[in-house]
Amino acid sequence: MIRFDQVSKLYAGNTRPALNSVSLEILRGEFVFLVGASGSGKSSFLRLVLKEENPSSGQIHVLGQNLGKLTSRKVPYFRRNIGVVFQDFRLLPQKNVFDNVAFSLQVIGKSKGFIQEAVPDVLKMVGLAGKSGRLPHELSGGEQQRVAIARAIVNKPSILLADEPTGNLDPATSAGIMTLLDRISGSGTTVVMATHDAGIVDTMKRRVIELVSGQVVRDERKGGYQTHAVPIQRQEPPPAGVGLGSRL
Amino acid sequence: MRLGLILSEVGHGLRRNVSMVVSIVLVTFISLTFVGAAILLQQQINQMKGYWYDRAQVAVYLCTQYDVGGNCNSVEATAQQKANIEQVLKSAVLAPLIQHYDFEDHQAAFTRYQKQFAGSEGTSFVTPDFLPETFWVNLKDPSQSDAVVERMSGVPGVEDVVDQRKYLQPIFDALNAASITAVGIAGLMLVAAVLLIATTIRLSAFSRRRELGIMRLVGASNRFIQTPFVLEGVVAALIGSVLASGAIVAVVKFFVQGYLNAKPSSTPFVDLGDAFIVVPILIVGGAGLAAISAAVAIRRYLKV
Repeated sequence: MIRFDQVSKLYAGNTRPALNSVSLEILRGEFVFLVGASGSGKSSFLRLVLKEENPSSGQIHVLGQNLGKLTSRKVPYFRRNIGVVFQDFRLLPQKNVFDNVAFSLQVIGKSKGFIQEAVPDVLKMVGLAGKSGRLPHELSGGEQQRVAIARAIVNKPSILLADEPTGNLDPATSAGIMTLLDRISGSGTTVVMATHDAGIVDTMKRRVIELVSGQVVRDERKGGYQTHAVPIQRQEPPPAGVGLGSRL
Repeated sequence: MRLGLILSEVGHGLRRNVSMVVSIVLVTFISLTFVGAAILLQQQINQMKGYWYDRAQVAVYLCTQYDVGGNCNSVEATAQQKANIEQVLKSAVLAPLIQHYDFEDHQAAFTRYQKQFAGSEGTSFVTPDFLPETFWVNLKDPSQSDAVVERMSGVPGVEDVVDQRKYLQPIFDALNAASITAVGIAGLMLVAAVLLIATTIRLSAFSRRRELGIMRLVGASNRFIQTPFVLEGVVAALIGSVLASGAIVAVVKFFVQGYLNAKPSSTPFVDLGDAFIVVPILIVGGAGLAAISAAVAIRRYLKV
């Protein structure tokens, strides 16, 4: 689903690379936490997956596409398969909940009929069924993030990238959001979530990739926020039932 | 559906930046009016050239007994000299250039003189022998008068050879200068218009950067993102070019046709037909320029 081969990213004017020779693979349907201090390269990783940036060296394959060979004209169509959620929600303040979600379908040319059907469905799924007429500022932070998640998944993407989606939320609300993300992951969507929230990572017991100064220092199945074991850098074989056929 | 969405985006953008849009309209209006005026002036010059050059003749003035210049020595051109001059005009060198020529004797020149200067004091004491006999030469191609002037100047009995076109040249030079000035002003104003459009579109994109960010995130195609902004610039410029076209047509109708052409005159002026040639140039040019500058301005927001 997502494969990095010796990927480095060096920003202009920086001597230290944001990502340093990162190689890893994320499989279909996996739920992956990306942990590490600020500046460790988590956001750069997500931006590279989205092809908002190009790597300085190395190759990235996402959804079977070599991103280095993807022309900029095709990037928008590639992005339609990836949903993104941010810490700051990024909703349009003057549009109500329904329109915020519908907007992302309108701009990729979906029909009115499709929108009328898909948006209420996804709002129901994220638990905002009765609030489609509200404006973002009339919602709580958790509800706003649900709208953002609804917008990210309404087009049924194969991958959902979440950049600290609970960063602005209290623990109880965060737990609600995590339940939602877990449900989305359960329906087959690959979820990659960058986070600082140790509690969430420890409770969820999912795959954890830890970055320090742009290098993968830990890649652990069912890991916690901080490991007590010897760091494992080698990738484990895929879990039972996930054959090679499902890789990429 | 998508068209409706794009058009509503255009409407939003125009309403959000009303003052900038008004300035685009005004600047394109003025600059394109100058462009149109320059084109009209060129058309006017061409028409006048065509009209006058067809009528311009080369005059071969023969010696009179009062002339000392040219090949004269205060001796009237003799019959033999006249025959010789006519021979030169018919020669193999000049004949192909000449459409036809007429000979005007003293009496005919005097009659024409009296008609032309009727009422002026000179007519009372000028006598026919003052006025030179003249060969009036019409050329097939007026621009080749030099050959005739050069060949005829040296022939005995010729006082002077004059290409009438040279009297017209200063007028055309003045009109040309005016048209170049108009083009210059138009060029400067167009640069201002292009920069203004680019700035306005950037402002518009900046105020919509949230939407743009989300559009890019969810995979809206570049063309979809770009089109509303380009249309915004085009709509504003189009209003300006329509106003400019109106101004050009009004100038031709009310000033040229209504004022200049009202007095009987032999000078041909540009008419509404010429103005209507200018109109599509202005409209297409204005819209095209706006589309290009808006598309360039918005490109920065499309980088993926």
